[in-house]
Amino acid sequence: MILYYAISIYLIVLLVWNYLKEKKSINDLVLYLLVLLPLILRILRVK
Amino acid sequence: MHRILTIKILLVAVFTAIMINGGLELYRHRHFQLPMVAGAGITKVKKLSDYCSGLKGTMADTYVFFLEGKEQGGKMLIMSNTHANEPAALLANLIFLENATVEKGTLILIPHFNHSASRNTRPGDGYPLYFEIPTGWGGKKFRMGNRDASWLDQWPDPDVYVHYPDRQLLSFIDTRNTNRTWPGRPDGPLMERVTYAAMQIIREEKVDVAVDVHGAETMFPVTNCIVAPEKSMRIATMTSLTVKAREKFDNHVEPSPSGFRGLSHREIGDFSDAMPFLLEAPIPFLDQPTGPKTVELLLDGKDPFLLSLSKKGKLFVPYDETGWPMDKRVGQHTSVILELMRQFTKKFPEKPIEQKWRRPLL
Repeated sequence: MILYYAISIYLIVLLVWNYLKEKKSINDLVLYLLVLLPLILRILRVK
Repeated sequence: MHRILTIKILLVAVFTAIMINGGLELYRHRHFQLPMVAGAGITKVKKLSDYCSGLKGTMADTYVFFLEGKEQGGKMLIMSNTHANEPAALLANLIFLENATVEKGTLILIPHFNHSASRNTRPGDGYPLYFEIPTGWGGKKFRMGNRDASWLDQWPDPDVYVHYPDRQLLSFIDTRNTNRTWPGRPDGPLMERVTYAAMQIIREEKVDVAVDVHGAETMFPVTNCIVAPEKSMRIATMTSLTVKAREKFDNHVEPSPSGFRGLSHREIGDFSDAMPFLLEAPIPFLDQPTGPKTVELLLDGKDPFLLSLSKKGKLFVPYDETGWPMDKRVGQHTSVILELMRQFTKKFPEKPIEQKWRRPLL
């Protein structure tokens, strides 16, 4: 289970990195945040 | 440049607000403490982890209540919230917990058998987070649970659940379903440890009758029934006939399939001396073609789509404008459990199980 939390954190870092680097597409920005939501809720052990 | 930065900040603010708002509700639901009143009949309280150390400190650990009679006799285990989205089972168990006093034999109660599932929900299916039951002293609030344990307690799911010990291949989701993980093992996934602890209770305490209380959809054929394996069939049949004659409700008997593994009514019988019974009462809330999944639907079981289907003969239970209210479902479970006690005592008079209500039920 710990490994899966580590993978989640890794994906969060990737998504945040892509979010910061995105310069044009608002659609992509929204999609990055949508994918981020469940990952953050999981590592905070909310859902 | 400034424009995109402003949009990014705004989006983060909006999503953070959504996450905090939704997340807090889910966090409060998971940590909502349901008061359980131990009645005068309770003689001992233990925990599942007393029978399987691998549960200690986990969200799957839960209370086990003992109601021991003055005279020795048979022992009956009643489990509810195996599926925590079938709350009539929990309410029936709490009626025994709060009101029963055992005279002969022993009752063992596990109200939140899948404790992790009782702290999980299905926001995607629009489940209510709580429901309230009116009582003589005001409304009592309950958490609405889910069928399976929370991913927060058992994660990740495998691609396919390989049942232990038969190695039958089951759906991946059933690895968190405590009615597929029987008989369990002490070092398996968390839900296998839960069922293993229950098996240890049955073996160590020498339980004679194990009752697993459930609810099922009106469109599912295995509803409004007692599921029993060969060894329990006689008592199940007598119980079904007696409640029909005495209380005028149908509760047919379904044979437990021997080729479908992991179910309580199959594995308890095969891996112990106890006689298992699984009780099903209809719960329209769980049917797929209903209106919104509201607290009202959960409590009164009234739905216009099910009524229309009933008129076309598509349901497996009688259904009319009165729906299938919670009090009827809980009463049905309670009556069947009491009749199981009577029939067991009649068949094994040397091991009686007799209880009385501490006071009239409200």
